Amino acid sequence: MLRFIARRLVGMVLVLFVVSLIVFLIFNVIPNSPPAQRLAGKNATPTLVKSIEEEWGFDESLPKQYVTMMKKVFTGELIQYSPRVPVDDRIKEGIPATLSLSIGAGIIWLAFGLLLGYLAAIRAGGWLDRTLTGVAVAGISIPVFLLAPVLIYFLTYKLEIFPNGGYVGWTEDPWEWLQHMILPWFTLAVLSIGFYSRVLRSNMLDVMNEDYVRTARAKGLSERKVMSRHVLRNSLIPITTLFGLDFGATIAGTAIITEVLFNIEGIGLYAAESIGKLELPPIMGITLYGAFFVVFINALVDIAYAYLDPRVRLGSTAR
Amino acid sequence: MNTPNRAADPAESENGSAGYGPWRLALRRFLRNRVAVAFLVLFFLIVAFVLAAPLWAEHVAHTGPNETHTLQKLHVNGEVREVVTPEGKPIGPQWFGADGKFFLGADSRLGRDEMVRLMYGGRTSLFIGFVSGLITTFLAVVLGLLAGYYRGWVDAVIARTLDVLWSLPVLLIGIAIGTASAIGGIGIGPLHLEGGSIWIPIFIISIFYMPYVARPIRGEVLSLGEKEFVEASIAQGAGPLRVMFGELLPNLASTIVVFFALNIANNMLFEAALSFLGAGVQPPNSSWGTMISIGEELLTTQPLLAIIPGVMIMLTVLSLNIVGDGLRDALDPRSKVRFEAKTGIAEPEGASI
Repeated sequence: MLRFIARRLVGMVLVLFVVSLIVFLIFNVIPNSPPAQRLAGKNATPTLVKSIEEEWGFDESLPKQYVTMMKKVFTGELIQYSPRVPVDDRIKEGIPATLSLSIGAGIIWLAFGLLLGYLAAIRAGGWLDRTLTGVAVAGISIPVFLLAPVLIYFLTYKLEIFPNGGYVGWTEDPWEWLQHMILPWFTLAVLSIGFYSRVLRSNMLDVMNEDYVRTARAKGLSERKVMSRHVLRNSLIPITTLFGLDFGATIAGTAIITEVLFNIEGIGLYAAESIGKLELPPIMGITLYGAFFVVFINALVDIAYAYLDPRVRLGSTAR
Repeated sequence: MNTPNRAADPAESENGSAGYGPWRLALRRFLRNRVAVAFLVLFFLIVAFVLAAPLWAEHVAHTGPNETHTLQKLHVNGEVREVVTPEGKPIGPQWFGADGKFFLGADSRLGRDEMVRLMYGGRTSLFIGFVSGLITTFLAVVLGLLAGYYRGWVDAVIARTLDVLWSLPVLLIGIAIGTASAIGGIGIGPLHLEGGSIWIPIFIISIFYMPYVARPIRGEVLSLGEKEFVEASIAQGAGPLRVMFGELLPNLASTIVVFFALNIANNMLFEAALSFLGAGVQPPNSSWGTMISIGEELLTTQPLLAIIPGVMIMLTVLSLNIVGDGLRDALDPRSKVRFEAKTGIAEPEGASI
């Protein structure tokens, strides 16, 4: 196990390096305009551009520029230029909202997805099973930017059930926090529920054909025990992996759009505002942190998977 | 795995129609799938709708997608109404009240015709989805063939590259490229893309969605490479190109067709997300994604402005997903077993794509 972890961590560090290189290329090499001009923003004065050029060493060699950029991002020296605020401070302010949104939504989609998937699997072919197939297809086709406006219009403006967007810290007022989060959680989660229930269902149907399930039945266990102890447990292993990957992808993806739609002051909204103002330093910071976070989560997921399923770390299915 | 030849195998041709080729059989199976056919028709209707944009703009709406009508008056059933009120509120849907002008109302305080924008925006969205689908599939097939045929270090390099691309947060990276190149455009060696051109989102989507197609194709080439017909072809003296394009590629055709349909759907969703956030299609061009972000500001008073482009995206993506699934069922009949497992039949090992 330790050897597996060590190998995986070395792999992770390599990927982190490649990712940082890609981000560097995206900001400093691929675009076709002077980098200092871009960093300074839309209405920058020539003096600001000049000072940025010196500060970031844009006249030096590319490897040196790379080192400068990484140093700036990871020592928290990265600042946005209009108004002049450290990017890290703004990101830190956004963390509670972003985590509230993603973790809450994750819990909801996992809980409902597993429950429905379990029910669909034990009655494969029943009405619930068929409905969930439809829900799963709809789920991958309905974008959040359709679901959210519909929900906001009907539930917030027409029926006035939920407050109109924004974020209230849960330490300030837990009840308000909950009310503000329910709709965004649901929006973010509902699309994954169908998919997760399908995955669990098909995993369970796979596992049901395994020898150990036949053994469990043969030794006289009740059907319920066979299902919950043997089938469900083994079907959950791939779900762990999937959830880890999706959770990372959600924070760095759909959560951004959801924050914009519900006006939740998280990291995603900060990113979106910066896009609107064409302000690059925040986007540089958020992209790097976000990509690192995702790579890190992926490594954790692999390790968790190896821990849960010994076959992986013993190499029979290892890459 | 999804060899079309297999369908012609008498043991599996369920109708006993031994004289038909695999594609013909697949077509028959597809046509029997009512839902998939219905959604294919829907998809063609959507394509026809966006292709008709210039006709509608010229003969019905008498305006272009980017023309503003801020201070204009409109004759609706004999009444005179402002396109945009002095408070900046755009006119709502007129349907045929003004002879088709402002059919869906005006888009914002700029007073552009929402219907015309919807049609032209749909062109952009579909064009981006389709073209990036072509590029993605082309790159994926080439890389998949190279990796699967040569194996060894070629495969290792390609597989690792795909792994890294796959593990990146696509939307964040897309935002980064979109914003960084919004002004100056992109310049990588001979590749030059103007700032604000729709080729920038196409570039982003094509590169970062490639692993989703390339990984399964590589896997399939790897397993096809074990088959006797490849060995036989090599024994007959066929070179790498001949084996890759003459032997392997035809056997990948059904997979490619299915992934192409699903890939366009994903591309369109990604384009909409990028454009919604302002990092995709740049003004004055419109796409369904940018229309949602403009319409969202008027959600309280004119909810349709945000909802209609969203519904269009959903219908297009839904129809592509269902057609893609239908194609998979038609081209690879065994997969039907696992999609419609009625009695708890398990998926065959390794059959999931």
